[in-house]
Amino acid sequence: MSIFPYMLGSQPVYGDTPRTLQTPNLFQAINSALDHALRTDERTLVFGEDVAFGGVFRCSMNLAKDFGSERVFNTPLSEQGIVGFAIGCAAQGMKPIAEIQFADYVYPAFDQLVNEAAKWRYREGATGGNIGGMVVRMPCGSVGHGALYHSQSPESLFTHIPGLRIVMPRSPAQAKGLLLASIACNDPVLFLEPKVLYRAAVEQVPMEAYELPLSQAEVVKEGKEVTIVSYGQPLYLCSSAIAAAEKDFGISIELVDLRTLYPWDRETVLQSVQKTGRAIVVHESMVNAGVGAEVAATIQEGAFLRLEAPVQRLGGWATHMGLVFERFNIPDATRIYDAIKRTVEY
Amino acid sequence: MASSVHFPGAVNSKFTTDLAFEQPSTHPAMPTYRVMDSDGIIVDESRKPSDISNEEILKWYKNMLTGTGPPAIVSIMDLIMFDAQRQGRLSFYMVSAGEEGIAIGSASALFPKDVIFCQYRETGVFQQRGFALSDFMNQLFANGKDNGKGRNMPVHYGSSKLNIHTISSTLATQIPQAAGAAYALKIQALQNPNMVPRIVACYFGEGAASEGDFHAALNIAATRSCPVVFICRNNGYAISTPTLEQYRGDGIASRGIGYGIDTIRVDGNDIFAVREVTKEARRMALENGGKPILIEAMSYRVSHHSTSDDSFAYRAKVEVEDWKRRDNPITRLRKWMEHQGLWDDEMEKEARSQIRKDVLKAFAQAEKEKRAPLRDMFTDVYEDLSEESKVQMKELGRLLDEYPGEYDVSEFEGGRKGLDEPAEQ
Ligand SMILES: Cc1ncc(C[n+]2csc(CCOP(=O)(O)OP(=O)(O)O)c2C)c(N)n1
Ligand SMILES: [Mg+2]
Repeated sequence: MSIFPYMLGSQPVYGDTPRTLQTPNLFQAINSALDHALRTDERTLVFGEDVAFGGVFRCSMNLAKDFGSERVFNTPLSEQGIVGFAIGCAAQGMKPIAEIQFADYVYPAFDQLVNEAAKWRYREGATGGNIGGMVVRMPCGSVGHGALYHSQSPESLFTHIPGLRIVMPRSPAQAKGLLLASIACNDPVLFLEPKVLYRAAVEQVPMEAYELPLSQAEVVKEGKEVTIVSYGQPLYLCSSAIAAAEKDFGISIELVDLRTLYPWDRETVLQSVQKTGRAIVVHESMVNAGVGAEVAATIQEGAFLRLEAPVQRLGGWATHMGLVFERFNIPDATRIYDAIKRTVEY
Repeated sequence: MASSVHFPGAVNSKFTTDLAFEQPSTHPAMPTYRVMDSDGIIVDESRKPSDISNEEILKWYKNMLTGTGPPAIVSIMDLIMFDAQRQGRLSFYMVSAGEEGIAIGSASALFPKDVIFCQYRETGVFQQRGFALSDFMNQLFANGKDNGKGRNMPVHYGSSKLNIHTISSTLATQIPQAAGAAYALKIQALQNPNMVPRIVACYFGEGAASEGDFHAALNIAATRSCPVVFICRNNGYAISTPTLEQYRGDGIASRGIGYGIDTIRVDGNDIFAVREVTKEARRMALENGGKPILIEAMSYRVSHHSTSDDSFAYRAKVEVEDWKRRDNPITRLRKWMEHQGLWDDEMEKEARSQIRKDVLKAFAQAEKEKRAPLRDMFTDVYEDLSEESKVQMKELGRLLDEYPGEYDVSEFEGGRKGLDEPAEQ
């Protein structure tokens, strides 16, 4: 089964106003959002390791040239430094957009994110102090040959932390709108970019700025018998599996993109499962204590009487990303197809 | 009247009425120790390498040729593997062109029992310690004979036989680990007087030295007097980031002084100097119960960062060409050997052709080996497979059985059967 049968995002994401459309890939869409943020708000800063020459994934291309090295710059190689620095900038009224070169390398900044960024507003209380201007971007997920340290999707470590907003876009148009919304948001946002899509995913994106709502899931495809909840890269695998399963089993399947993983849109998911009575959650990250556990438990609490089969969780196995085993480790279209089959046959 | 009050945090500090801030810029830069200049001439005859046989030097030279090598001169393994990556036969590769002198020179001064932690650009350390071409190739091709069971990205070598811990991609994490490992060696030597004292050598780049782990490592190694030699390869770049944007102050060496650690800066392109400095550092590290030493070895990253990088996006080609022409650890040693009458063009040609043959042979052999069995995706997470893992292995097995057309498992040892749990012993 092919990985990219068609791009998900066929519904216009930008309303009825006429727009100038371009067809960028995901890294170019990110670049366009960063460019807009820098152009329209002088408080915006963009920094991280190797950001000045465009970043190792080319997301910050030309930004240092266009906006100057005061606002777009390389930092020394220290993730705890980068995030702590971003928090400080935000606390003093700037809008820092920090890049962590790979999500696998965010852990040195874990303390700054979990103990500082997430708790800042709560700790400040009546002082009103907050670090809402901060966004931390990081490429995540597997690409086929990243092994232990260039493949991780650590979102569930952060969805455990109230105070952080965790976002993962699935496509260029989604990335631009969600990133601009994250930048506008008054809470700290962790923005995870599935790096396999940087070049692979191409779709029509308005050149103008627009925002897509945070904490709002999207029904990417409507259906009646099964709900699949996913986000990021596996959405494409889901859509291949859905195409095959709908044909083979004569059913229709609803696909929901969570988009924001925390605080997440429970209502949309529950509504969908109330309708279909069957649910499967799919993500690339390990299944143990993953986002799927939270979604499955919420469905069990909120739609128990409507359920016709146990909620299934598909994720990476509870192991590390061994180089040569990668394609057997994370869910593929076959596994998703199989889960649909077992759910409808239950 | 006392001239100081012995503040516990700075016992030897004297009082002064001179209001003067210490200005790093007024201190002279720490000198760079060298033995041989870029023409391969010994600059101070009294420092001539005396404790090394010519045979040993020829071996270093061949190791430099094998392990790495600047593309301009013909890198043998590096060039072959770089091309193999370009042809898609290898997922990734990193060369260490320009830094062979640091790896081989330092490793030549260590004892086989010493323990080593590497970053990733120290192929020469493995080569010098006896990592065979087949070991390199098995790791690079991630086959079943690789020590890492095909789990790690290429160049993340490791060998318990050679006392080198397996490389991790996460920068700087190995530096405090090295301090801890050195402390373990120190305590073990105290508890067992028959044990030969050992040190830990820890390699890292100047970029990695910006991580918190580097600072934590130096501080804890100093306070616990750990017999560890920290070897920083300062090659001017961390991917695209030049040292000017990486740090201020006098390089990484000045950090050592701040943590109260004996420190030296050495010309990394001078293999004799690197060896001598490491040898002395090793001796000092074991003195009086042990202490950490910092070596900052200066060089230049001649190559792209990795096969994923095109360095001409951030540095001028002439800068690189200039460096290649001006100085290079392999050419330097070659010139010295030629001055000594130990080497000539004929020998060079022969050595290159032999090494090339050996590399290609190991390459071909490794490329056709099977991969580790599928079960190795799950093993070694814990000492024993967890109940959850066993269930997941069964589930994967069921999928492989139900959808055989979707999965090709023939490249793995034992195919589908290789997923089954190993029989109970
Ligand atoms: C914790 C962490 N952050 C970022 C990276 C990505 N990265 C890999 S190599 C590198 C540059 C390292 O530079 P340096 O330490 O000077 O070593 P060199 O490559 O020059 O040998 C970076 C930023 C990483 N591997 N680990
Ligand atoms: Mg470097």
